[in-house]
Amino acid sequence: MCETCGCGDPEIVPIEVQERILSDNDAQAAHNRSHFKGLGLLAINLMGSPGAGKTAVLEATAKAAGARLKLGAVSGDLATERDADRLNASGIVSATITTGSACHLDARLVHRALHDFPTSDRDIFFIENVGNLVCPAIYDLGQAANVVALSVTEGEDKPLKYPVMFQKADLVLLTKIDLIPHLDFDVAAVEDGLSRVMPGANLLKVSAKTGEGIDAWLQWLEQRRPAPIERPAEAHEHHHHEHPHEHH
Amino acid sequence: MHEYSIVASLIDRVQQEADAHGAARVHRLHVKIGELSGVELDLLKTAFDTFRERTICDGAELAIDTVAASWACPTCKRPVVRGAILRCDTCGRPARMVEGDEIILERIEMEAPNV
Repeated sequence: MCETCGCGDPEIVPIEVQERILSDNDAQAAHNRSHFKGLGLLAINLMGSPGAGKTAVLEATAKAAGARLKLGAVSGDLATERDADRLNASGIVSATITTGSACHLDARLVHRALHDFPTSDRDIFFIENVGNLVCPAIYDLGQAANVVALSVTEGEDKPLKYPVMFQKADLVLLTKIDLIPHLDFDVAAVEDGLSRVMPGANLLKVSAKTGEGIDAWLQWLEQRRPAPIERPAEAHEHHHHEHPHEHH
Repeated sequence: MHEYSIVASLIDRVQQEADAHGAARVHRLHVKIGELSGVELDLLKTAFDTFRERTICDGAELAIDTVAASWACPTCKRPVVRGAILRCDTCGRPARMVEGDEIILERIEMEAPNV
């Protein structure tokens, strides 16, 4: 019955849903997570502002890891393939996810990139998100951990200004620390801000330029790697899973 | 501007429910948005007003419940005041968010003949 006057119009009924609006993305992310688990690799969602030094950190990571670790990456980029080109040159097998005008990666984009990726034989797989301190935080991609790169040129107040991003971080990389002598940058202020928005605040200071702190970052990654899995002799490029979807 | 992609997901979900219930019109959507969900309410409203046209949500109202962020110790459940250091004074454990990151479709009011 019409809710105001009882005039006999069609009934207005409340339908209870109580579901996350991004439940489709959540389901796709869970599916990606099962891919990563099946491949025995550690997946890292690397986020941060444009110019925070995400790509440079990965280049330095490749240099420090040398032949010890097989690294892979997909980079979200609005318009170019520059990041993937740089990463490939540094020895990280990389592909670009061109997002057009989209300001973040979602689980579906990452899934498609996984299926098109040239190899599944990797130890650590970085998902370099679109440079942005807001939107990427909302979308689960199936990663094991969120890492946020924050450069010393961005200012100490970023954690307090962007609490959603830092709250979701498992680790914050303070990048470009080689520049600190040239700046009025207060590391203690960043640490204090971070402790108010990020539970169990965890900050590592790194410089991709000098290599300072990169070993500690590698150690952090190594500690999170899953136990090695038994690979069948006839290892298959696409690992089997139950959920139906298109293979390209 | 991820609010546009959130609205697109929202309208898809409403369409599914409308189909399931044989509804031709939706009057109101109730969503719950947490203070630390990363969703800007004004942008969400603008995105909804823009995208609802010529969809099942055309003419529908978006009713938003907001949820303040709150934190507590996962062990002793003592609340940790927002803005304070997110660690329990008593146990020393990192605080956990109790609520405040919701992005939820709660309820749809629709004209449904066969419910």
